[in-house]
Amino acid sequence: MNVAITPTTVDARGLACPMPIVKAAQWAKTAESGQLMDLLSTDAGALKDVPAWCRSTGNELVEQRAEAGVQHFLIRRA
Amino acid sequence: MEEPLNLVLFSGTDDRLQAASVLAAGAAALGRPVNVFLQYWALDAFRRDRIDADHGVSPEAGAAGADAMHALREAGQSSWADTLRAAKDLGDVDIQACSLSMDLLHLEPSDLDPLVDGVEGVTAFYGQAGAGQVLFI
Repeated sequence: MNVAITPTTVDARGLACPMPIVKAAQWAKTAESGQLMDLLSTDAGALKDVPAWCRSTGNELVEQRAEAGVQHFLIRRA
Repeated sequence: MEEPLNLVLFSGTDDRLQAASVLAAGAAALGRPVNVFLQYWALDAFRRDRIDADHGVSPEAGAAGADAMHALREAGQSSWADTLRAAKDLGDVDIQACSLSMDLLHLEPSDLDPLVDGVEGVTAFYGQAGAGQVLFI
């Protein structure tokens, strides 16, 4: 049975490169394995940076979607 | 990548220091150790009483470049000093002042912002740098 885990929202809206990734990495430092983060960003660079960061660090990009001009990256801590 | 990213900072203008801080923060976010060596005008920019002052831009930026940088700051971009503080908080970022440049600028360690971890010579820096890339900014 899947227990729904509420994602932690990390709001990086309005922050320019590299801060969205820095925020993601700060969350990853204290997050436990399996925990979810919804990273919000308005930075154009984040579109490629976030998936690249996930690949490099082994954290899973579960879902990526755009909503009202804001990118949402749902990431699961490895 | 476990090899450290090694940055030798020479220029003390805000555009180059901003570029350096982005490189450092990006590496720290990926878990790479970062070693920074402050020489000449970059070291001068890390003076406790000057670190948050306006250090201008490189001549190649011109007036348009300076305006573009101010606009980005107005839009909420962090200063290079704050970006480096965030990078330090995040990962293994060591910032050392070049001892020769300390002499050149007549600086004492107490003149430097707490971002600076110590003073060392080029040999010690190369020891930390190991086989990692060394970038000169």
